[in-house]
Amino acid sequence: MTHATTALLLTAPIVVPLATSAAYAASGLRDAKARAAGAAALGHRTPRQRGAAAPVATLVLRPGHGPATYGTTPAETADGPSYGGPGARAWPGTRPGGSPGGPGTGSDGIAGPDTGPGAPAWSRGRPAAPAGTGTGAGPAGRARPGRGPRTGAPGPVPRPLTGRLGLVSPAAILTCGAALACTVPDSGPVTAYGRLLRADALTVWMLLTVGAVACLACAANPAHLAHERTDEPAARRYHLLVHAFLAAMSAAVLAANLGVLWVAIEATTIVTAFLVGHRRTRASVEAAWKYVVICSAGIALAFLGTVLLYYAARQAGIPEAYALDWQTLAARADRLDPSVTRLATGLVVLGFGAKAGLAPLHAWLPDAHSQAPAPVSALMSGVLLSVAFAGLLRYKVIADAALGAGFTRTLLAGVAVVTLALAAALLLAQRDCKRMLAYSSMEHMSLIALGTAAGSPLALSAVLLHMAGHGLAKTVAFCASGHIARLCGTTRIGRIRGLLAHSPCLGTAFAAAVVALLGLPPFGLFASELGIARAGFLSGPRWALAAALVLMLAAFAALAARTARMLLGPPPGEDDEAEPVPLGADAGAPLVAGLAACAALGVTTGPLTRLLSEAGEIIGGH
Amino acid sequence: MTDSVYTQLLDLACGAFLLAAVVVLWLRQLSSIVRVFALQGVALAAVAALLGLHEDRLGLLAVAAGIGLLRAGALPRLMLRALTTGTPHRSHPHYQEDVSETRETQPLVNVAASLLSAALLTLLAYAVSRPLVELNPTPATRALPVGLAVVLIGFFTLVTRRRALAQMVGFLLLDNGITVTAFLAASGVPLIVELGVSFDVLLAVLVLQILTTRMRAAFGGTGIDDLRELRD
Repeated sequence: MTHATTALLLTAPIVVPLATSAAYAASGLRDAKARAAGAAALGHRTPRQRGAAAPVATLVLRPGHGPATYGTTPAETADGPSYGGPGARAWPGTRPGGSPGGPGTGSDGIAGPDTGPGAPAWSRGRPAAPAGTGTGAGPAGRARPGRGPRTGAPGPVPRPLTGRLGLVSPAAILTCGAALACTVPDSGPVTAYGRLLRADALTVWMLLTVGAVACLACAANPAHLAHERTDEPAARRYHLLVHAFLAAMSAAVLAANLGVLWVAIEATTIVTAFLVGHRRTRASVEAAWKYVVICSAGIALAFLGTVLLYYAARQAGIPEAYALDWQTLAARADRLDPSVTRLATGLVVLGFGAKAGLAPLHAWLPDAHSQAPAPVSALMSGVLLSVAFAGLLRYKVIADAALGAGFTRTLLAGVAVVTLALAAALLLAQRDCKRMLAYSSMEHMSLIALGTAAGSPLALSAVLLHMAGHGLAKTVAFCASGHIARLCGTTRIGRIRGLLAHSPCLGTAFAAAVVALLGLPPFGLFASELGIARAGFLSGPRWALAAALVLMLAAFAALAARTARMLLGPPPGEDDEAEPVPLGADAGAPLVAGLAACAALGVTTGPLTRLLSEAGEIIGGH
Repeated sequence: MTDSVYTQLLDLACGAFLLAAVVVLWLRQLSSIVRVFALQGVALAAVAALLGLHEDRLGLLAVAAGIGLLRAGALPRLMLRALTTGTPHRSHPHYQEDVSETRETQPLVNVAASLLSAALLTLLAYAVSRPLVELNPTPATRALPVGLAVVLIGFFTLVTRRRALAQMVGFLLLDNGITVTAFLAASGVPLIVELGVSFDVLLAVLVLQILTTRMRAAFGGTGIDDLRELRD
């Protein structure tokens, strides 16, 4: 591979999502102008429209002015489509796929009292455009999003960017990951920009995972936004943040410098804060606050650990430019001062553990995952946790070389068992479907931590396989839970019954995803859990594994019983003539694709086998 | 600058830095807390500038100036704005007990106990950082426990204070502590990391400020105790 190709492959996963994000921002600016001009020309004075269109611009350029538009009225937040709230109860009557009608459903700032009668129809009808209403968002549409359709549009109201644009950046990540997967196992790690970016087998594996999960989540976005009745500026802001989120995750995976890795992980927190608080209900504001405070403070501890490691490296005679470079540190780790490294490792495990959903700083996870929009929950649970944990894996290599394997093994095994105990206890008492899935994520992350504690190459390969399998299965489960929430108007497990009879396709998809999460064959999680257990009993902390198996049994029972309660039984309502609700192709395709990929991983890793074992060697081979 | 003057000035700046963190625990008026935080930013910039002068590194002086602008200028400003946007103007100029949003009325741990805890946390920081000092004893690294103490005090503030703004200050104390640790231990992290971290902190504070405004709109106040919609 030439140098330019390498640079391109390493840069594209970061730059393409950023460019997509910028495209959404730019279209927002243009739309705001066009709408203002159109409104003035038509004589409709609609100040609230402009106010609602502004946040995209203000969020990017002058965030300090955001509050003026956000802090509208308490009524607005109360009216938001909250799953549990009274506004959402009206949902079961509407058919999914149909355009939600009804007067006075202005859940957004647009349908204000002073808007003309035409505007609400636009505000509700337009975002409902699914991926299929293509307006030429091909490669050309990426550079100049939506220009063609806009100039051709009859009215002053511009058309939104289509859903297909959203697939460009995940596809770019996946393509670059695949291209690197062809070369990296043979020719070794590649770097670009003076060792700022670096890709080894672990990076490539994570890049593929991020790309695959992001494809599924972004494919689910348009259907989700259409059903949520999101107004156009809010939808654009949502897309903007999702793609910035993808860019931050790619940067975290590709960073060669531990400081840059930290910056990228913290950036994911900042970007996702408004995605968690997307609906602006009381619950989602609370979740966003907890999320930002706990994650920022937790990850700050990891930065303190990084600083201490930098100090140790400088004292070991490593020059300033390379003292945070992972490769250099891993190669010269034996010269680091052990007591300083021990302190640093403890802080890093605590800090990145917070972001990866491990105890003791895990409290944000169920709140954030239950309040975020379903595709964002899928991204956060499916890959963000794994990306943060992959950061931790990098530090583990350094710590093991400096201190011997015992220290991180004890630390990670302890953290894993505590997390697993918490997750199992809370799963047993869980009454909310999305929170149940969030606790299941904690369960799986603690398994991953346990496999890492075992530390052999086999265990690490199983861990990486588990990350990918969990990402795919959890994405399907969260996306399905989003559809369930719309279908039933609630996420309370007690109120959801007979899902299989009510909507057979959706019920089957959800059931299959939960079966995958339970670790049953033929899905990838079965293979990886088997691998982790085998490696753990061979080399690892056996006490932790024994405790974990008992706790997992409890979690298994809880998850299976709760899901069975949701799926089986007669459908709700007394009307016998209610025919099954179909799941549209738009909504169904990502679910089926995710399940198929997860099952394929369970059967064989195919051409990725070498990549996987090499990635396991990088972390576990020391 | 002779070595003894450098050491004394460095100790003075570090002392002021630690004192500011303790005073934050002592005060209850949120606007005063923010002002003390700004003073701490000045002390932090002074530490960086002293190190730059001592090592004759112009780059470090520039970083010190940037840090001073961010932590003594921009961040306090943002927080004061978060404080003032939601507070209604008083219609009566008469004295009345101030139970409004601008005070930390009910911390989880009262002020006397907080100060005592700060003392204990400082002792803990000295105990924990002994290996750090032993690795390379210089005047700068001997002051390292101050950084860790401020980190711990920041965490304590974050956990015990019940107003959104006070929690923000707690987070920033934590961050100041880490920055001063980086300066004292290794004259600061590489520039690209320093820039990224500063940018992240600025954005985090912006996000928290906007969330505070939303919280006020949704809950009618900024008390963290009101956040009890989500629990198991």
